[in-house]
Amino acid sequence: MIERFASGFHPFVLPFMFGMVFVLGYCLYGLVHIYLQLERRERRQFLLSLITPATIWKNVRDIFLNCLIHVKLWKRNKVLGYMHSSIAFGWFMLIVLGHIECWVYMPHRMKLFYYPIFFNYFVSENEATVGGAIFFFLMDFFLLVVLSGIALAIIKRVRSQIFGMRRTTRPSFPDRIGLYSLWLIFPLRLLAEAFTADISGGSFLTVPMNHLFGRFLGDSMHLLPTWWAYSICLGIFMTVLPFTRYMHIPTEMLLIPMRNAGLKIIHARRGFAKAQVWSCPNCGVCIDACPMNVKKANIKDATVYLNRQIRRGNEKRIEEISDKCLLCGKCTELCQVGVDGPALRMAQRAMRDYAYVPDYKNVTAVGSISAAAGAAAGAISGAAALRSATTGAAVLEAASDSSTAASTKASTGGSVLYFAGCMTALTPAISRATESLLKKAGVNYEFMDREGGLCCGRPLLTAGRYDQAREIIKKNRALILASGADTLLLSCPICYRIFAEHYKLTGIRVVHHSVYFQELIAAGKLKISHSGERLVFHDPCELGRGCGIYEQPREALSSVGTVVEAAESRGKSICCGGSLGSLTLSFAQREPITKASLENLCAGSPDRIVTACPLCRSTFARYADRPVEDIAEVLDSAR
Amino acid sequence: MMDFGFSLSPSSTINLDKADLSLLRKVRALEPDVDICMACGSCTASCTAGPFTGMSVRKVINDLQRGRATEIGKMVSGCMLCGKCTMVCPRGINTRHLILSLWRVYDKEAAR
Repeated sequence: MIERFASGFHPFVLPFMFGMVFVLGYCLYGLVHIYLQLERRERRQFLLSLITPATIWKNVRDIFLNCLIHVKLWKRNKVLGYMHSSIAFGWFMLIVLGHIECWVYMPHRMKLFYYPIFFNYFVSENEATVGGAIFFFLMDFFLLVVLSGIALAIIKRVRSQIFGMRRTTRPSFPDRIGLYSLWLIFPLRLLAEAFTADISGGSFLTVPMNHLFGRFLGDSMHLLPTWWAYSICLGIFMTVLPFTRYMHIPTEMLLIPMRNAGLKIIHARRGFAKAQVWSCPNCGVCIDACPMNVKKANIKDATVYLNRQIRRGNEKRIEEISDKCLLCGKCTELCQVGVDGPALRMAQRAMRDYAYVPDYKNVTAVGSISAAAGAAAGAISGAAALRSATTGAAVLEAASDSSTAASTKASTGGSVLYFAGCMTALTPAISRATESLLKKAGVNYEFMDREGGLCCGRPLLTAGRYDQAREIIKKNRALILASGADTLLLSCPICYRIFAEHYKLTGIRVVHHSVYFQELIAAGKLKISHSGERLVFHDPCELGRGCGIYEQPREALSSVGTVVEAAESRGKSICCGGSLGSLTLSFAQREPITKASLENLCAGSPDRIVTACPLCRSTFARYADRPVEDIAEVLDSAR
Repeated sequence: MMDFGFSLSPSSTINLDKADLSLLRKVRALEPDVDICMACGSCTASCTAGPFTGMSVRKVINDLQRGRATEIGKMVSGCMLCGKCTMVCPRGINTRHLILSLWRVYDKEAAR
């Protein structure tokens, strides 16, 4: 290899250089900007994770698998996966190989930023070597890989169904510029390298093309314009990148380490939340995922449009989109970048300014006193409820004062505190069945909210009222710690999630009844007979995607009957439509969602629909054509 | 005036001409459904917070129609947003969002 130009420069590299410098500068600015928006504690956490070997390895692996190979897309649809990884990984390899090539043959030119990109233009092949042939082959091969991806991308614009996507997003105007320049980059590169192949050398793709073009063009006049066009397209793509969805490429490389560092969305628009919004590739997978998207309704309320509106700063639409969402989490489950749609929306709700906010300072959990009073007396039994507010307050204070004493006691208590939750109060069959099962298994338990209790705080949390939720948590927590129980049993996944995530009940096991009963059955304490009935289990959003509990309820149910699967289940389960997550969805708008979810559940023609959430049960029961029951009822009714 | 031997107690007289319905109008702009309430009380019967805080959606709507802002203030401060009232409402009113809208437009100073 020898150099063709002593200067090692040609003006056609300028568009590329401009774009590259611009995009790198912009990314650097964005990186510093987001980093500075993090709180001091978050910054320390983030930096610490960057020097922890385990997280470094995890970061490298995740970036390689997600950003280059797109593993999650492969799992979803092979063609979609191939399209993305061929473009991303192929382009990455072209850049890496280009640099290695330059480093091997022209090490003194490595300092020139553009040189490895336009290597073929600047060099001439004076002797054919095996090493050179391998390089040329690899470069042509990966260019072919990228081109095949681009071809698929063009097909996808027309027929997205082939790629397993029923609906996809409408690209915005800057997105289109980015898209078309991206499509042009690689065919132009192929042409440019083909025209140059007789000088610089080439392989199976470029050399035959060179011969072919040489036959009917007869001159090399096309060489330079093609290199210009290639550089201009690169320049355009790089320059518009920050204003298009392609910003997800650099941002995702920041999002992955931030997520691995354990950062959470604190502010709706700053820091980690900003990284999430900018990491959205606008692919539109969340449109098909969204349960609200029945009969083409609410399409513009998918997470992809939330991200787009946040980037545009359209406050009116941001509010509409964030308030409507059911917070079922399916978009996050299917998103290959893992943009946390529900958390983003909750943060938007939290930044809303209300003229008036509730205050529970003087609220006493009167109905729950039997448990606390029982604990204070040192004996857990169904003691008569002391329904006096003054005593209640005294117990509460005592509870908060002696919380440490209570937690030490809890470790030796060895009994179960059952919190049915306020939703279960609307479906008392669930708490009745739970009590019956506990008695059958001979479990020593106390029913904390038999007389009614405070809300768990999760509905306030999902509405973005964090301070109010904290107040309620404090009150409930004091009662639970004072009870001396070592297990907190919950039959509502909404409660279960907040108890597990936010209550910090050290020394007390928080367990959902579906898991608890499965354990009792496995331990032989609950004898259940198999009826051969066909049962389908609906994964409640908060229990499944929210807490990752999928298997235990199915195992428990398999001792009663044959468990059949819904068309979409587990992580892909469809929200019942009754979710408290949505603030604005009306009764009428929820109806088609519930019906679609029921249709999905009945795919395996079950005899009964089983769920593990009082809210799902109430919602389904409204429209179902067959019995809808809670898992506790099903287990209790088995003979 | 003729004495019938009984009269209205002034404290429970409702004079809609004098009632300040500005809060109702503000809420109605955001929640038109407030007018379809038939005061059945399902919301109050199912309320989680009610027994602890005196919250009652039925009363809130009633007080809105009577212009009793102070009473509303006392009550809505006790809502825990659990949403059961919305689930049981036979008229399909999004009562939970009604409370949120009330928090938004409620003028603490005017109500005192």
